[in-house]
Amino acid sequence: MADVFAFVETRGPDVRKVGLEAVTAARQLADKFGSEVHALLLGPPGIGGKAAQLGQYGADVVVVVEHAALANYSPEVATATAADRIKSGGYRAAVFSTSAQGRDLAPRVAARLGASIVTDVLSVEVEGDSIVVRHPMNIGKVIATISISGTPAVIAMRPNVIAPAQNAKAGRVENAQPGIEPAAAKVKVIETKQGGGGKLDLAEAPVVIAGGRGLKAAENFKLVEDLAAAFGNAAVGATRAVTDDGWRPHADQIGQTGRLVSPELYIAVGISGAVQHLAGMRTSKTIVAVNKDKDAPIFKVADYGIVGDVFEVIPALTEAVREAKKHH
Amino acid sequence: MKIAVCVKRVPDMDVRFRIATDNVSVDEAGLKFDINDFDAWAVEAALQLRDKNAGSEVTVISLGPDVVQETIRKALSMGADRGIQLKADKVPFDGLAIARALAAELKTGGYDLILFGKMSPDTSNGVVGPMTAELLGLPCVSAISSLEIADGKGKAKRELEGAQEIVEFPLPAVLTVDEGLNTARLPSLKGIMAAKKKPLEVKPAQIPASQLTVRKLELPAERKAGRIVGEGAAAVPELVKLLQTEAKVL
Repeated sequence: MADVFAFVETRGPDVRKVGLEAVTAARQLADKFGSEVHALLLGPPGIGGKAAQLGQYGADVVVVVEHAALANYSPEVATATAADRIKSGGYRAAVFSTSAQGRDLAPRVAARLGASIVTDVLSVEVEGDSIVVRHPMNIGKVIATISISGTPAVIAMRPNVIAPAQNAKAGRVENAQPGIEPAAAKVKVIETKQGGGGKLDLAEAPVVIAGGRGLKAAENFKLVEDLAAAFGNAAVGATRAVTDDGWRPHADQIGQTGRLVSPELYIAVGISGAVQHLAGMRTSKTIVAVNKDKDAPIFKVADYGIVGDVFEVIPALTEAVREAKKHH
Repeated sequence: MKIAVCVKRVPDMDVRFRIATDNVSVDEAGLKFDINDFDAWAVEAALQLRDKNAGSEVTVISLGPDVVQETIRKALSMGADRGIQLKADKVPFDGLAIARALAAELKTGGYDLILFGKMSPDTSNGVVGPMTAELLGLPCVSAISSLEIADGKGKAKRELEGAQEIVEFPLPAVLTVDEGLNTARLPSLKGIMAAKKKPLEVKPAQIPASQLTVRKLELPAERKAGRIVGEGAAAVPELVKLLQTEAKVL
């Protein structure tokens, strides 16, 4: 049997986009093996209502585990439940997400299984008996091709490299119990604070607008926020210089020590393009830069550049994007 | 409190890397190495806890060839008390192999707290901390950006995508450190002198076979040269047209 396991990340009552990406990646692998995808959906009562959606994205079986204590992430419950299922299911591969939760969970599950893991996976292939993945190293300046000989091969996909794709399968629901009683967990997430209602996340937004020191002051980030609002599907990020100065929270930092993003469109506003920043955004599909210094390194990676004052260019761009969106 | 901090020696990333002739490693010639930033923040967190809790001790552990002694000495010069080198010819890519070697050492240490950086920029896999915790059967909180420890319990904050988690845990525990927790102190001249006399034990590492094989390393394709669309607000209409018709993202 060479079925493929997918861990579906949830937050509260919702399935996260990376969860659908994990199911899609698992589906692609299972199609190569001619096997099934079994998705694990873990969350508060009612989460089972999302099972049909996972069937649409290619899950043959959806294992649903509902418990009131799973409104917040529980590392120990998630680890035990996923590891038990992977052991009993004899899977060839187990697919997770390289999100904040996945980075916590996937290595724990792998260690419990005695399996090695590759995170931040860019692509997956099957070659003979091995699963072969591509993985960025040295802040994306080197790409490694790694073969995984162990079974199961545990991988965590980088967000946004596989678009969730519909490929309807049965999505048979199996209800299951948590791997340990949630009350017995030692580590307890006592609160999940949502940052800003409905705000798009940097790793998931199709458009990212990021601001740097060229904005000159924290309050001028309004220009960036206005441009993001004009797009309607954009998240706002910042450089390390800006987060170190406290203009924006650390969680918004894009770069080597911060978030890695690869949106469809990345707009760098008043960002010079330090190596540490480029590490976090160079895989974006289209990059636009606006900077007053024509020699700024950001223009070397930008597809389109405008040399000019961000305080003139960005309001004009915001207006033009608003107009363009109106005619769609 | 007995605190262990696992640290890694990593190259400075601000260079153009070259692939070595074996095609599976980075050419180290000319690279500058230092302690991983995330690990330096972990050392700082350990030192702050030690200084608040009388009778505490901070042990710094690094796996690798003798050059990692420099990295251990750096942490000792920041103020850590003693070092352990788990001697190995090289550091494997496989985080499970590293975690097993570290766990074998850590399990005998009686540590209340074991700290890691959340990841290292070279291998960029970010799995050794949580894997070690699992092998030791200890509670683990990864990528923390705040930390309070009191009465054998801890409370930490984790940054998620667009949210934060507040997490409580008992000691002993394994924590991995994110940016924002603190600013690492620089070693003082006195610290550097003192570090030379601090104990640094060398033990052979037990590194198991790996299930991962690095088949090749490559440099990513360079981005196609972009173009300057124009200057100032006057260039905006042309940019919008390109985003619509050429890049098709608007």
